[in-house]
Amino acid sequence: MNLYKYASPASFYPLAGRMIPWFAIPAAILFVVGLYVGFFIAPTDFQQGDAYRIIFIHVPAAWMGMLLYVLMAVYAAIGWAFNARLPSMMASALSITGAMFTFLSLVTGSLWGKPTWGTWWVWDARLTSTLILLFLYIGFISLQASIDDPRRADRAGAVLAIVGVINVPIIYFSVQWWNTLHQGATIRLLGKPTMAPPMLGAMLIMLAACWLYSIAVVLARLRCIILEREQNAAFAAEAST
Amino acid sequence: MNGPPTLSMFRWIVVRDLTLAWKGRVDVLSTLFFFLIVVSLFPLGIGPETQLLRLIAPGVVWVAALLASMLSLGRLFANDYQDGTLEQMLLTPQPLYLVVLGKVVALWLVSGLPLTLMSPLLGIQFGLSSNALSVLVVSLLIGTPVLALIGSIGAALTLGLRGGGVLISILVLPLYIPVLIFGAGAVDASILGSGGQGSLSLLGALLVLALVFAPWAASAALRISLE
Repeated sequence: MNLYKYASPASFYPLAGRMIPWFAIPAAILFVVGLYVGFFIAPTDFQQGDAYRIIFIHVPAAWMGMLLYVLMAVYAAIGWAFNARLPSMMASALSITGAMFTFLSLVTGSLWGKPTWGTWWVWDARLTSTLILLFLYIGFISLQASIDDPRRADRAGAVLAIVGVINVPIIYFSVQWWNTLHQGATIRLLGKPTMAPPMLGAMLIMLAACWLYSIAVVLARLRCIILEREQNAAFAAEAST
Repeated sequence: MNGPPTLSMFRWIVVRDLTLAWKGRVDVLSTLFFFLIVVSLFPLGIGPETQLLRLIAPGVVWVAALLASMLSLGRLFANDYQDGTLEQMLLTPQPLYLVVLGKVVALWLVSGLPLTLMSPLLGIQFGLSSNALSVLVVSLLIGTPVLALIGSIGAALTLGLRGGGVLISILVLPLYIPVLIFGAGAVDASILGSGGQGSLSLLGALLVLALVFAPWAASAALRISLE
């Protein structure tokens, strides 16, 4: 079987359609299991009470936000280097999900911060660099949105994503350095008490659920992008009727 | 095909852009006045307490420098793009890297450098000590070229797009953050008396990185925008 044939949007479109349920259904099951373990089995934290339970969403969301940015840059770079359409479309599809997760991690973080730190927002190194990551996503999305020619949008987005990926570690370390210099609110995230196994388990289950959800949603969005861009191709006309 | 030698091409670009900047010197001056006005607005918004102003001075001057150099980016490629000169430059046998670098150097000479020279005046307004003033000047001297270099990528990417002015700020400002942190950090450190050498060295490292990579990325972006 020649796997390369799936590099063409026309043959990937039906394959993506068949793949989506295989990721969406396990994602739904794992979300239910993970939330059940997180809410009913994991013990109450002796310091933070039940408020800590938001980490079951917050931590996976923050991880996904960072991972998806790198993944997006990789796909964009592949699409640019090999002049392939599908990886570029993949990058555009990933950008929205990544931005959504980054936003979610900021919102849940501030919801968590209110009961535990007593404030919605602190200029902590992690919070600040997550905020900047959201800005980078927004830059990528708005650059692509303002270019009419899709191939130019793909390539311009690739340059920006690669520059952004090189900058992410620089930004991360500079923000950390800035934070220690200014010595603002020195509230640390959890003094790292060893996590109870059910807590860790629930978090890992939720992480897996977020991964599967991302794959399913990105594939679904990819199908929309393929239909939109290839609307003049025969398969697209067939698929949309 | 033999063009002029590579280095003379670079010099030619710098001289040409400087000449053009001289012809349109109102643009250049308005960027400088923008810098001056933005910095002067802060005491009006915050109040005249010298203690407080001295504390926020490094950040205010640096943020204003960021905004001013971002505003000047519009001039970098747009005019040459409109009259077709840029397309001709892309066709020359000399590396595009040097063309971009030449244009960035010229831009810095008419925006970053005057801004740096003007900064002690603003520092005095905010009651900075002479030691902090000299660190401010040095940090801007190293930092503003980085801003121009990173900005050239954004300017190349947004060439000819509608709403380019606002778009470029969304693209470029997040990438400016490390420069802001180290630049303002150096001045902060000198005010606190711990010396700003560490930040200045890091700023220098950023400058080297940007010199190597930014013109290359901007050239790639120019080819994409002009194909």
